[in-house]
Amino acid sequence: MAYSRMPREGLIGRILLNGAAALAMVYILLPLFFVFWLSVFNQEIPSFPPDGYSLRWFSALAEYREFASGFILSLQVGVIATFVGLVLGLPAALVIVRSQINGRGFFNSLLLAPMVVPGVVLGTALYVFQIEAEIATDLPLMGSFLGLVIAHSLIVVPWTVRLICANLVGIDRTIEEAAYNLGAGPITTFFKITLPMIRPGLVAATLFGFVASFGNLEMSLFLVGPGRTTLPIAILQYLEWKIDPTVAAASVLQIALIALALLITDHYVKLSRVV
Amino acid sequence: MASLDLQSLTKSYGDNRVVADVSLHVAQGEFLVLLGPSGCGKTTTLRMIAGFVEPSSGNILIGGKDITTLPPWRRNCGMVFQNYALFPHLTVAENVAFGLQMRKVESIEQRKRVKDALTMVRLEHLAGRYPREMSGGQQQRVALARALAIEPDILLLDEPLSNLDAKLREEVRVEIRELQRKLGLTTILVTHDQEEALTVADRLVVMNGGHVCQIGDKRDLYERPADRFVASFIGRSSFIEGHIKGQGLFESTDGLQLKVSREINLGPATLAIRPERCRLGTSAQTCDNHLTGQVEFVSYLGSALDIHVRLGTQTKVIVQLSNQESVKEPQLGETVQIGWASTAGLLYPSDQGRESYGGL
Repeated sequence: MAYSRMPREGLIGRILLNGAAALAMVYILLPLFFVFWLSVFNQEIPSFPPDGYSLRWFSALAEYREFASGFILSLQVGVIATFVGLVLGLPAALVIVRSQINGRGFFNSLLLAPMVVPGVVLGTALYVFQIEAEIATDLPLMGSFLGLVIAHSLIVVPWTVRLICANLVGIDRTIEEAAYNLGAGPITTFFKITLPMIRPGLVAATLFGFVASFGNLEMSLFLVGPGRTTLPIAILQYLEWKIDPTVAAASVLQIALIALALLITDHYVKLSRVV
Repeated sequence: MASLDLQSLTKSYGDNRVVADVSLHVAQGEFLVLLGPSGCGKTTTLRMIAGFVEPSSGNILIGGKDITTLPPWRRNCGMVFQNYALFPHLTVAENVAFGLQMRKVESIEQRKRVKDALTMVRLEHLAGRYPREMSGGQQQRVALARALAIEPDILLLDEPLSNLDAKLREEVRVEIRELQRKLGLTTILVTHDQEEALTVADRLVVMNGGHVCQIGDKRDLYERPADRFVASFIGRSSFIEGHIKGQGLFESTDGLQLKVSREINLGPATLAIRPERCRLGTSAQTCDNHLTGQVEFVSYLGSALDIHVRLGTQTKVIVQLSNQESVKEPQLGETVQIGWASTAGLLYPSDQGRESYGGL
């Protein structure tokens, strides 16, 4: 009896579910579609319908040096900050998940704080701090590459800590005991057993940490120096003077780059298992 | 392969003694089972032997050598975990080879020993698989092969069969026993399943509340349980509360006069009777204890029938009848003759083991 009623109810449910999913997909993808479309408009001032289509904004992109240098700076900062975030995040996650020490909860909240504090507040605070530090120590911190990397590491850490923690919690400790039992000491066990088991978490941490750094605008605004701008800031500055489709072309490249990173990652660790 | 000695092994967490003063000797090549309900300290004892739990006091000796303070990776114990704990990112062959790599075994020798270990558990054809691609029973055998490959002094099995379905469990425990015998491995198995324990063990250790209740072979434990707890945990018993009235006489709290053969001091006592030692119907009259009672409940078990017979307001005895053609199933409420030999009754002082496992 239950079976005979199933198909119709299942069908309605499926239509509703698929409909809602399709709606969400459209909502998410529509802006991306317009960005793609805009990037191949021929005219300088975007208007509908377009006069014609052209790829000239992509070549304009290459000629506009601020974008190229911004892209390289963002990439450098992103890679280094992600690395720092992993190096700090992994031991922190191990302590939070595994140790019995007091104040683990506080420690955890503290490390997640940069994610909660608004970027503008974080940027202002770091700006003031770097000025004070520069005055006190005479080190050229303000507007330096190092200052930017430190700041970006700060926003990467919450991602690495959180994602590695999530993975670590699900790890069966008896698997490590099995390694001890077979003659592996704690260090060997960590590198040969624990680390490979949290690989999905590490990959996710790397990916999200990098994206958080690469796309950061609000905090970076306070910290960049003359002649040293990240890509999001370069785009913002460009928009102050022009509204031609070059910005759309830059966005397309950025989207393509991140999509590529996701695809490559997915090839090695299934993203559906990670997120 | 070596002998194992535990000397007054104790583990306390604060005031809570989870393992209290456990001493035992396991001979080389012996299969010992630690048996008890959950929380009796059997697993903690095993984990102390493996080195995962540090004893509060006492010593552990393998082959006469004190290893109490050695970390787990310096002890040569092969352990099979309840959930198998296979390395998920390594293939079956790599899992089995892990212990050999840690021992820096030369790679040709390594390959041979991995192959031998997998052949032993009949999995040589699945060497390239990952654990997640295998069934529970196969994973269990990989875990066993991994523990055997290192040629351990002692093999430790922590409820290795509890995650398998009933049919497979029976097969695997026979397999484990045969393998253990063939290799002459000193083995300790922890379980709460008495049937499993009785099938594989040379000797059993019954534990309860952190203490060892009794150590002995199967017959010792079944025929002469040391206390009420063992009598209820190994096999089944009907318990009758009462007191010893005099020479060979026991009176239940509801006034039944029963003959007993074993002597304990006068005073409150519990009489335990095995269901299969009771007789029903006319054959009951030949026993030196025979009474009449009402059938209260009958459960049909296939190969046997359990007949619950009420003898008094507080006394109920279960009779097990083997299901032969001649057996006539008694009806509920029917008045029946029941009897047992006075030698079949086991007597325990009432103050002993009362808090323990529920009787029938």
